[in-house]
Amino acid sequence: MDHGLIFRWLLFGEWRSHLLQAVVVITAIALGVALGYAIHLINTAAYNEFSAATKNLTGQSDLQVRGTQAMFDERLYPALMARDDVVTANPVLELDVVVSAKQTERSDNKLKILGIDLFRAMEISPDLIGMPAEGKPLDGLSDDAIFLSPAAMEWLQVKQDESLQLRVGTQTINFRVAGGLVRSRAGQRIAVMDIATAQWRFQHLGLLSRIELKLAEGVNHAAFKTKLTQELGEYYRVTESADQETRVNNMSRAYRVNLNMLALVALFTGAFLVFSSQALSVIRRRHQFALLRVLGLTRRELLQQILSEGAVLGVVGSLLGLALGYVTAFIALQYFGGDLGSGFFKGVQPALFFSVSSAAIFFLLGLGVTLLGSAVPAWEAANANTAPALKSGSEEMALKRLARPWPALLCLGLAGLFVLMPPIFDLPVFGYLAIALLLIGGIALMPYISTLFFSMASTWNNTRIYNVIAALTLARLANASNQASIALGGVLASFSLMVAMAIMVTSFRESVDDWLEQVLPADIYVQLAASGDQGGFQLPQQEAIAAIPGVSRYDFSRFIKLTLDPGRPEITLIARPIDATDPRNTLPIIGNTVEPGLLTDDVIPIWVSEAMVDLYNFTVGKQVRLPLRTAGPDTPQFIVAGVWRDYGRQFGAIQMQLSDYQLLSNDLNVNTAALWLQTGTTAEQLMASLKNLSFGGALDITQSSDIRTLSLEIFDRSFAVTYLLEAVAVVIGLLGVAASFSAQALARTKEFGMLRHIGVMRRQVLRMLAAEGGLLTVLGVILGFVIGWGISLILVFVVNPQSFHWTMQLHLPWSWLAIVALVMVVLAGLTALIAGRHAVSGNAIRAVREDW
Amino acid sequence: MVFSTYAYGKKTWLLVFARMVTIAWSLFTAVSFAESPRYMPVMPDYDLVFPKDYGSHQGFRIEWWYVTGWLETPDEKPLGFQVTFFRYATDHDSENPSRFAPKHLIIAHLALSDPAVGKLLHEEKTARESFDLAYARQGNTDVKLDDWTFVRVADGSYEVEMQGSNIGLKLSLKPTQPILLQGGDGFSRKGPEPEQASYYYSEPHLQVAGTVFRHGKSVTVSGSAWLDHEWSSDILDPNADGWDWVGANLDDGSALMAFQIRLKKGGKLWAYAALRDAAGHVTLFEPEQVEFTPQRTWRSPHTDAVYPVEMRIRTGETEWLLTPLFDDQELDSRQSTAAVYWEGAVTLSRDGQPAGRGYLELTGYFRPLDM
Repeated sequence: MDHGLIFRWLLFGEWRSHLLQAVVVITAIALGVALGYAIHLINTAAYNEFSAATKNLTGQSDLQVRGTQAMFDERLYPALMARDDVVTANPVLELDVVVSAKQTERSDNKLKILGIDLFRAMEISPDLIGMPAEGKPLDGLSDDAIFLSPAAMEWLQVKQDESLQLRVGTQTINFRVAGGLVRSRAGQRIAVMDIATAQWRFQHLGLLSRIELKLAEGVNHAAFKTKLTQELGEYYRVTESADQETRVNNMSRAYRVNLNMLALVALFTGAFLVFSSQALSVIRRRHQFALLRVLGLTRRELLQQILSEGAVLGVVGSLLGLALGYVTAFIALQYFGGDLGSGFFKGVQPALFFSVSSAAIFFLLGLGVTLLGSAVPAWEAANANTAPALKSGSEEMALKRLARPWPALLCLGLAGLFVLMPPIFDLPVFGYLAIALLLIGGIALMPYISTLFFSMASTWNNTRIYNVIAALTLARLANASNQASIALGGVLASFSLMVAMAIMVTSFRESVDDWLEQVLPADIYVQLAASGDQGGFQLPQQEAIAAIPGVSRYDFSRFIKLTLDPGRPEITLIARPIDATDPRNTLPIIGNTVEPGLLTDDVIPIWVSEAMVDLYNFTVGKQVRLPLRTAGPDTPQFIVAGVWRDYGRQFGAIQMQLSDYQLLSNDLNVNTAALWLQTGTTAEQLMASLKNLSFGGALDITQSSDIRTLSLEIFDRSFAVTYLLEAVAVVIGLLGVAASFSAQALARTKEFGMLRHIGVMRRQVLRMLAAEGGLLTVLGVILGFVIGWGISLILVFVVNPQSFHWTMQLHLPWSWLAIVALVMVVLAGLTALIAGRHAVSGNAIRAVREDW
Repeated sequence: MVFSTYAYGKKTWLLVFARMVTIAWSLFTAVSFAESPRYMPVMPDYDLVFPKDYGSHQGFRIEWWYVTGWLETPDEKPLGFQVTFFRYATDHDSENPSRFAPKHLIIAHLALSDPAVGKLLHEEKTARESFDLAYARQGNTDVKLDDWTFVRVADGSYEVEMQGSNIGLKLSLKPTQPILLQGGDGFSRKGPEPEQASYYYSEPHLQVAGTVFRHGKSVTVSGSAWLDHEWSSDILDPNADGWDWVGANLDDGSALMAFQIRLKKGGKLWAYAALRDAAGHVTLFEPEQVEFTPQRTWRSPHTDAVYPVEMRIRTGETEWLLTPLFDDQELDSRQSTAAVYWEGAVTLSRDGQPAGRGYLELTGYFRPLDM
């Protein structure tokens, strides 16, 4: 026998008669692969570019020395330079400075400025040396020159020789754009000027951000690093490029991994769809296969046949998906940048990079998912007893095996176990596995539950109501629920995931909203354009603000960046007045606290965000040290007095009393002032008085309500991608419903013919079909909701805390869920009806005659 | 003398830096500076005071200590060397209180002329005067640039130590004669305008002993050197094109220095020569008494520039013939400073008789010099 011929006949025969189904499967796989691949490409491109840009800033140094705070004393520079084992020490002052012209764009008004000594930078970061105009070779040393990267010039709309106004505290400073930074990365918005100019103009005299070192030949880097770390003491960190990479990686890893997982959800949903589609196709061709077996086709050959059919679909779908994914990523990068609204890769213009290995991985994922979806039906068909299979009505028999509840229960049990597991490498690996298992288990349980449910409904109908259509519908659903459940597999998966995401996002959003209310108790917040650790309000300015009429209460806060671990992003130290008798009045405390009465004088209380507990093990009651430079000689001891919730700083934050901080550091400047209105004063009046202060023009004044709105806008923007992912998953699910219902309806032509013969009207058949579709979907929606709710619990209580180190309260978006459920039921009913119209349109006699 | 070029010859990013270095170069070539009034002018009738004038003169725009000489290795091979330390005052705001404020730059240059190598070996370094990492001190010669130092010690000798990535040296230069004030009293005119001048003294016949490092190997050397210390705020005429300069220690203990500044349109703008005999008698020559005549030219295979590497110089009635140690003593740094010039060890003969050894500098011969 010619295998190839048979293969082609079967394949093309099937496709010709059920083209839609093949198209749906291919579409589902293609969409799943495309989405996953596109997200992967964008994330990789953005991350690589971000990483390269970060590296670009530190050049080719062997080691970097930083302070645990943003700035440190410049006298370290000559000390390092004088060492024999150091060839070059490159001092850098890095500041984010507010651009006057962009002052109103609160979230995006800062320009990264690097103050460098070009003679030192030449050796280590030559890319950062500006290109001066002809005849002005000394501009790199000038006291008023600034060099801008092309992206910065474009952003600021300035050209060479034009002037640029920058804001420092209450002052505006003019710089002359002396040239470009031709070797900066595309999209990298940076500026470079002489280090002395930067120190002077931006009020950072005597301070540096980092010193990059080039070591002498033959010096052992690791040994030198250890030695220098010891010599410099606890207020300095000696890092190498690897640390920097770890840091950059840590910064966005949780975000990237979680987004990739979400992208894979679409593919996962596709797998269910392939399964339902292949299962139905196999069932439909049961007689055909049985006949072929009788005619001599072996089990193995049949298995191969069905798997090959799946593989063809998988290959086509995956290839299409790769192409579509690449194009999508390309377009997304062109028009939206690599950031995807997350804020992690702002200002980066990554170029798409095609790598065979990642394309291969996504291709194999697509193919694997298709084969996985085809495997069970193929195995079942190959192992069917040929004699019964030749008979009519054996379809349901075939699926009995699938209705066994044990594998499903095993999945659910495992899921329950995995939920309790800790993260691996800071990633919620088990959390995601639990979600997958919950989904598989839930869906596998569907036939069992639907039999149970519809049998009861059928009994109830038969004893109480005696409606013929209802009786027929329920009887069908109760006794042949497997096919129906399979039809629902895909949509159930996507609906569950959508429910889960919706609950998670709502919980998150509501929690953020509550949190914002707690952390923004004042009416008006005032900030000064700050750069680095300097700037902010000095004492006279603080007094001027406090003296403004109409203010009933004011709080000042100081923000400082601290590096605890060179491999992790900086944490934020916030010093502000905290209610000593009950910190809960000031901070969104969760869990236990150390009672204020139990605190001794020799330890300073600090309150840490949840991330500090996860990342640095700062548990309540623990005594810790902080690398905070102090004015006095002794290093203070701190005690973790409580844990508070912080959605603003994923990498950790610490709060302490402003008075404690000022006593320790002698630093009396503050960054923000929170102002409460007196009754009778409006926010507008107070804002006007603030503007009238001598430094009013430099102030950044916001009402707390605006901050809330803005924060929630940012929140929504960062979840925009997840909404898109959900929508795609739902569309795939609905496609599956349409395909499987129409396939089923066609397969049931005989049944409808029979019904017509015994007197059931066409209209009634259609009504029956719609009812079947609707009822099944209702059950699907209920089950989907339960599974989705379970998944959302995992997302909220496992995945989020493990990935982002923050907890939240569960909030259910009831009305939204109800609307989606209703839409699903109606759409499914309609789909069933449309599919049925086609099936009952034929001649009833011919339909019955087919039944041999 | 010629200003340094950036010898790394690496990438274009050096261009920027190099351009900056070129500033000092441009002082000697055509670009006339719009001087800030805060720089002191060079005036006649100033009496140089020592040891104060050995040190740095921060009030003037530019200043250099320049040493050239002939060394002999243990295997009796000749080796030329050139060491220069520049101090250059920038236009950076003098009010800037930052310790990094680049008010002065220190630039240093080292070159070796080894006939066995057949071309110049050179190293260069630049830094801002800051943090005691780089400085030019007042009061006595004391210049430092990271680990490169040039210091005049108690007995009047100079200690120079420079260690680059490929070459280096550690030399002690001991005076054997009194200093030679150029122009008679140290006021050296560079053109027809009275302000086109510098303060300039030389120390010929310095006795050299020390070590030279090449590619990790060190050799003991001894020899004889010539030191120039010159400072000014404004020297060159805008019509000047380049110059030819020679400084030579003659075998009979006398010392010769001569230069001419060439006009763009051809011909000479200014010339000068001084000859001091072993007894200390100095003869100064007027511009018209000094004449440079090219004898043999050499076309650089690197830059295509043509240099009169063999030069006949007439000072009054005396004819000097300058013959290079080897031809390719060109410094090509087009990839960095765009400055290309010739600076090399030469032997001198007087009226056909071997007379001594010195250094010849030829600038402005690489035409497309674009700054």
